[in-house]
Amino acid sequence: MDIETINRIKSNPKYQKLVATRSKFVWKLAIFVFVMYYGFILLLAYLPEVLGASIGSGVMTVGIFVGIAIIVISVITTGIYTKRANSEFDKLTAEIKKELKESENV
Amino acid sequence: MFKNFMAVAFVATTLLADALEAGLAQGGVNVPAVVMFLIFVFATLGITYWASKRTKTAKDFYTAGGGITGTQNGLAIAGDYMSAASFLGISGLVYLKGYDGLIYSIGFLVGWPIVLFLISEQLRNLGKYTFADVASYRLRQKPIRILAAFGSIAVVLLYLIAQMVGSGKLIQILFGLPYEFAVIIVGVLMIAYVTVGGMLATTWVQVIKAVLLLSGATFMALAVLAYYNFNPGELFAEAVEAHPNGVEIMSPGGLVSDPISAISLGMALMFGVAGLPHILMRFFTVADAKEARKSVFVATGFIGYFYILTFIIGFGAIVLVSTNPAYLDEFGNLFGGDNMAAVHLAHAVGGDLFLGFISAVAFATILAVVSGLTLAGASAISHDLYANVYAKGTVDEKTEMKISRIATIGIGVFAIFLGIAFENQNIAFMVGLAFAIAASANFPILFLSIYWKRLTTRGAVIGGSLGLATAVILVILGPVVWKDILGNAEAIFPYQYPALFSIVVAFVSIWLFSVTDKSDQAKLDREAFEAQDIRCQTGIGAEGAVEH
Repeated sequence: MDIETINRIKSNPKYQKLVATRSKFVWKLAIFVFVMYYGFILLLAYLPEVLGASIGSGVMTVGIFVGIAIIVISVITTGIYTKRANSEFDKLTAEIKKELKESENV
Repeated sequence: MFKNFMAVAFVATTLLADALEAGLAQGGVNVPAVVMFLIFVFATLGITYWASKRTKTAKDFYTAGGGITGTQNGLAIAGDYMSAASFLGISGLVYLKGYDGLIYSIGFLVGWPIVLFLISEQLRNLGKYTFADVASYRLRQKPIRILAAFGSIAVVLLYLIAQMVGSGKLIQILFGLPYEFAVIIVGVLMIAYVTVGGMLATTWVQVIKAVLLLSGATFMALAVLAYYNFNPGELFAEAVEAHPNGVEIMSPGGLVSDPISAISLGMALMFGVAGLPHILMRFFTVADAKEARKSVFVATGFIGYFYILTFIIGFGAIVLVSTNPAYLDEFGNLFGGDNMAAVHLAHAVGGDLFLGFISAVAFATILAVVSGLTLAGASAISHDLYANVYAKGTVDEKTEMKISRIATIGIGVFAIFLGIAFENQNIAFMVGLAFAIAASANFPILFLSIYWKRLTTRGAVIGGSLGLATAVILVILGPVVWKDILGNAEAIFPYQYPALFSIVVAFVSIWLFSVTDKSDQAKLDREAFEAQDIRCQTGIGAEGAVEH
């Protein structure tokens, strides 16, 4: 990739928007997963009795719900990212590529 | 090619026949299991033959020509990741300790969203065949490739030993076949799939295995739930009744004892996934970033679903297996050990025929996992070490493919040898060490090469090596190797999992040796970042991307 192409892409506001919105979105999701998982780990290490607390009159505990919920939420976060990337980010990328091609043909 | 293929198929069949005969002589061959396994073997060898005709170039061999769809690849990733160890091991852990099994499942799953957010599309946009392509994209090829290949091969071999030994023992119990035969059959079949059919055959073996395993596990979980009118509450209540630890199985037990170990294990599992070479390689089999992200979404969905099933299966085994004297020895322990909980449950809910099916699936699972590992190891040797380091990128495709096939056979034979050599060794630390190396050498180099502009060749090489060395040394000095295996009284390093320390060592030293790097090479490394970043962000110029 030559320096001219690099500058042309970098100065495209759509490219700047793509990079900024995507990285903000991605780090938000990643930090969410981090906090969820390490929060769970710290709970296990320091306050296991919270997870062992029973729900209602049966044997069901908070921990079972939390555990299954972490698995389900992890899958959902991948779905949320995939959905937004498939529409918004892919559309922006396609436009950047198209504009690059047009500017090269001038 | 056809002649070679027939020769391999012939050897495999003869071996199976021999093994069967030996097993029959010992008594106790599981006939339905063997029959179903043979069907799987013939079907997959058929696919391998079909794939061999479509495997003409190096790109076909390493990445199935980049033509795998996101859904297929997602299933193949799930097939790669759901090993026999996680199926039998986690359900066995749930059977033994209840809730603690779930803690492991969660750790194994949470790495996947991170893979999706931070590296899957980036890998597809920047790489060609191996993750070393990405790590060395703007750095000096030779040292980075050597380090990345070394990290890959170390992870592959450790994982392979664990799989081979596990498979030998498992097949011995399930099929009644002698240990050595089992290891040799696994080795020969995996060599056949990979050398003849390359990535295309490996992918389909993984897809078929994933579908079989998910169907089998779904059936078992539904059968268990059906006993309790599909009310999990009743299942849990009954399990608490039946289990010697009573209500304790519903809450965290002693698995995670201190915060350091807990966080360290968590980091190894989370970042290890993002550094496993056989998993990373799968992102090069799809056409573009869109399919790469779809693969992870599909894979995470299936893997998460699978872990929920293993939890139900473990509890099912508590109520249906531990209460049935037919599955217990005179001390009240499970025949074949706690890892057999799922297998006995298969018999309890589906009789001999379903037991045979699950046994055959377990065998198929091992084959799929070792094939993916072998292919990743072989490409590190042929693509990174031979074609790029030794021949400096001047080698033609035919030779590179030949080398990769030779490397596959070499790794396969070596794996058979190691599987037999380690039969009676304590290998419990090996998968943990593989994850630690992946998390502390492969992942930091890959991650920083993608995201951190100031990374230099010197920083990556020194920091990556230190991360790798720290992981290995701390495992050797830790309780499992130093105390349990070497027989010393006290471990020098008190924690079982080194990742927390080795990952920090890797990142800090990569940072330190990069920012202080004033060489000309460092300048080149940093200058090349912008072009790399644009390709990474947009896929412009990416290998295998569709041109519009």
